Amino acid sequence: MPAETTTGADVLAAVPHEPGAPKPDPIVVVDGMRKTFGGLVAVDVDHLEIQRGVITALIGPNGAGKTTFFNLLTGFDRPDTGHAVFDGKEIDGYRPYQLAGLGMVRTFQLTKSLTKLSVIENMKLGAKGQLGERFLPSLVTPLWRRQEREIEERAMELLRRFQLDHMRDEYAGTLSGGQRKLLEMARALMVEPKLIMLDEPMAGVNPALTQSLLEHVKRLPTEEGATVVFVEHDMDVVRDISDWVVVMAEGQIIAEGPHSSIGQNQAVIDAYLGAHHDAPLDADQEEEWLREDRLELGDVPPRREEP
Amino acid sequence: MTGIDWGFILNQTLARSLDLNAAVYALAAVGLNVHFGYAGLLNFGQVGFVAVGAYGMGLAITLWQTGPFVAVLMGIGFAVVFALLLGIPTLRLRADYLAIVTIAAAEIVRLLARSTALRDVTRGAEGLNEFIGPFRELNPFNPSLLYGIGPFQYRGSQFFAIVIGWVVTLITLLLVWQLMRSPWGRVVKAIREDEDAARALGKNAYWYKLQALILGGVIGGLAGMVLAIGNATIQPDFFVAPLTFFFWLVLILGGVGRVWSPVVGSVIFWALITFMRNLGRALVTEGLIPTSIMDTSQIDQIQFWIVGIALALLMVFRPQGIFGSREEMALDAR
Amino acid sequence: MSGWRPVADRRRVAQWISVVALVVTAFVTFAPLQAIADGEAVATRLRVKDPETGERNPVPDVRIVVTTPDGEVLGEGTTDAEGVFETPVPAAGTYLVELDPTTLPEGVSLRNPDRVVVEVEVLEGQTGRAIFALVAGDAVQVGEGGGITLRRVAQLTVEGLKLGLFLGMAAIGLSLIFGTTGLVNFSHGEMVTWGMLMAYFFNFYGLAGAFGFMAGWPAPFGAGMNLIFAAVIATAIGAATGYAFDRWIFAPLRRMGASLIAQMVVTIGMSIVIRYMFLFAFRGTPRFFKDYTAQSGLQLGLVEITPKDLITGVLSILILVGVGLFLQMTQLGKAMRAVSDNRDLAESSGIDVQRVIRFVWTAGGALAALGGVFIGLSEQVSWNIGFRILLLIFAGVVLGGLGTAYGALVGSLLVGVGIQVSTLFVPTELKNVGALVVLILALVIRPQGILGRAERIG
Repeated sequence: MPAETTTGADVLAAVPHEPGAPKPDPIVVVDGMRKTFGGLVAVDVDHLEIQRGVITALIGPNGAGKTTFFNLLTGFDRPDTGHAVFDGKEIDGYRPYQLAGLGMVRTFQLTKSLTKLSVIENMKLGAKGQLGERFLPSLVTPLWRRQEREIEERAMELLRRFQLDHMRDEYAGTLSGGQRKLLEMARALMVEPKLIMLDEPMAGVNPALTQSLLEHVKRLPTEEGATVVFVEHDMDVVRDISDWVVVMAEGQIIAEGPHSSIGQNQAVIDAYLGAHHDAPLDADQEEEWLREDRLELGDVPPRREEP
Repeated sequence: MTGIDWGFILNQTLARSLDLNAAVYALAAVGLNVHFGYAGLLNFGQVGFVAVGAYGMGLAITLWQTGPFVAVLMGIGFAVVFALLLGIPTLRLRADYLAIVTIAAAEIVRLLARSTALRDVTRGAEGLNEFIGPFRELNPFNPSLLYGIGPFQYRGSQFFAIVIGWVVTLITLLLVWQLMRSPWGRVVKAIREDEDAARALGKNAYWYKLQALILGGVIGGLAGMVLAIGNATIQPDFFVAPLTFFFWLVLILGGVGRVWSPVVGSVIFWALITFMRNLGRALVTEGLIPTSIMDTSQIDQIQFWIVGIALALLMVFRPQGIFGSREEMALDAR
Repeated sequence: MSGWRPVADRRRVAQWISVVALVVTAFVTFAPLQAIADGEAVATRLRVKDPETGERNPVPDVRIVVTTPDGEVLGEGTTDAEGVFETPVPAAGTYLVELDPTTLPEGVSLRNPDRVVVEVEVLEGQTGRAIFALVAGDAVQVGEGGGITLRRVAQLTVEGLKLGLFLGMAAIGLSLIFGTTGLVNFSHGEMVTWGMLMAYFFNFYGLAGAFGFMAGWPAPFGAGMNLIFAAVIATAIGAATGYAFDRWIFAPLRRMGASLIAQMVVTIGMSIVIRYMFLFAFRGTPRFFKDYTAQSGLQLGLVEITPKDLITGVLSILILVGVGLFLQMTQLGKAMRAVSDNRDLAESSGIDVQRVIRFVWTAGGALAALGGVFIGLSEQVSWNIGFRILLLIFAGVVLGGLGTAYGALVGSLLVGVGIQVSTLFVPTELKNVGALVVLILALVIRPQGILGRAERIG
């Protein structure tokens, strides 16, 4: 099933299918980014450009350094050397909150819903530039009441779109695994991101929900004007929604191109066969996924009646 | 059981649960609640903030002859500086580093205050006394009369401090309540739940944690000032390390992360402790517990056992406090 | 723990303890504070309240001089083990009693430093009492001054190394427990005290001396046993305690899924309970072991060191080297390092993590206990030493790198030497402040510690 939805493919039609290929309008440019852990090279990216307004998938066998690369880009980890530009601005040494302020938002492989905050509070947290988040103004409700109301309206709109509006006042901890993924994505959109980075958005999601989640991701560039980068293991997902695929192995970028060109790429085949494709999950992760599947089926926990 | 004066024990129990110490413990626990209950910071040295606040106020008057209000501001300033000193190095790191540094720093504050090297400033183990003068002048109550809350009577000099203590507690509770329903509180709670998520959404977690540490520390400092005014003295050996965990027990008894819990916890704590202490004394003096097992000075030691055991058990089995709901805990599967 | 002191036998034990006091202070007379019949006298009784225990402890060995207002000396001497000094005076009248503050023991000072002379009215046929208000506060340093000489630097370095080695024994356990479980054990200091107190107990009472009917039995049952055997037993008990803590407290907590924060608060609660049980059973006064207490120093080059310190120092080096070899060479040791390094990876590669953790607790308990014995021998035996050195242990562990065994050792040695040598520049009573400064600076400059790897912290 080829990607038919976006114009992204057209924009990238002229881009050569090779690692580090230049793009017509890159939102992110990375140069010579390197990170080692105790002598092991986790990431070693020479050059990478990510095209604005399209969906880019970042794939690679286990241990390829995808998540570390994500962390480096989003400021959660510092590269040993390297240089990155986001939306025309040098972002070396920026901290995550500063990057979010510039419009780069990420989600996490293991969802980070704030369990003891309600769904709506989770959403409102995402909004930028809140006066009430500053210490002294927060003491005077009238200063932030109007802004709070506006934020709440925007949050409800997004919740409705993600079909979570009926959960508005529930603790986020009572949501199922898939609902948490939805909430995290909706919350990230509250930041009004230019670039949204999804770390394994489909991991641990009940297959029944996968399709709706995919639809949401697919619509991000057109409806929110956001560029999407995502890490994913599931090749069906990659095929379904990505305009461009970047393949990493052993910390390096070994191939780039639309998904159709990736399948025949010898370097990619070697990387996947050399490593174990579809490697078994480690025990912890498997357990986590099973647990979330159970949650999905409404096993636990008890939910309150809707108001 | 003829010799035990139950009436006296009960009266004491109820009177103590409202007096100066109860207010001071409640206040210190409000500070801890901001730290641990809302921001998730592990402060194992709250007694250090209490001491620093008290000394800041006392030294302002004894060293620099300031007025009482400036002295209170000095106490607050000391607590802020102490918070910055402990927070700046640790708040970027795992939560346990703050715990380690605070428990150590609180003990160091006590050692410094009682050291001979600083005797000219802090008066060593004897402590500060002269600071009380300006506060006596402010006292609207007649120090030699008895004032009552219900059936309980307090001397005018004490009553002033008790009133200040509860009024300050009430004000800080309102402050905390307002903060925690504001977007500021939302960010702080989000950081407690998951710091990385908050950072990814553009919140400067470090700065918010520092603010929370300062706020809770200043509230602890206020507790120290109320204590100093009530006792008319600031002695270093009052601020021993286990006191922090009395505050923790107060907080956990009331329920972590609720606005009113420190007050509830403090009243319960003092009622229980006073009851047990008086009962124990009565049992020993009446000969029902032979002195070969324990004497009256050892009864106070036993209260530490009870505090330690209660702290551990409550933390594991009922961190939501004795009145908390189970539901919230079910979310805590961390 | 209070089982040490069965009900019926408490008094006898108290007498035993008095005997210890006798050995230690070398002169004891149970002089009651009473007037000598038909005569006038002046007396004073020096006692100081321990701020932490609330007990009033006698202050012995303080020089007292009784004079007439004209300055004629009528009697002088030192207070006895009960803190009492008494001297007859010729007639009723006013006398001056002077206390020599330089003879006050460390940690005790006059509440009012200017009140060294007290006026006493003696009535006919009665004893006049002089009251000196004493407080537990560190005494002013006397005679420790002097410049920085090579000899002093060398001496302090050796003492620092000794302290560092003892701290290291406790720190390794703390660090490995953290490495394998993520838990900071705030009751680790109490494990140190536990070893010290158990050795003290066996040293004085033998295996069963506290139980009345066995008291008369020969060593090692009734009478005390040599400290060496007592230390071995104490170490074994320390190991058993570490095992028990994990088996019956922390393993169940982990199984329940209690958060690390909850577990940390549990260790705090335990530390308070245990510490005050020690106080209950042992009382607040510091004491000494029966054996090897008073030793004169050997001159080794520039430094003077007592034989016991030399032996315990060498022993701890041997033990620490043994621990290092164990970690490097044996299967279990490697497993411990692997779990510390990356728990998930270790678990998935087939290491029985729970067994490794159990072993770490056991070994940590043993090392802490033995460290406690050494500290007790080198300094004194007291109920709260564990809490007092906890800061030093933390400073060492954080400086070296939380979670690493070697880091804990290196950090402890640095902290030990650092704070001893720092007494060249700062008053001894403030030397522990230096440890806090080290702790904070380490966190600012290199939070992962000297030997720790950079963690993924943003």
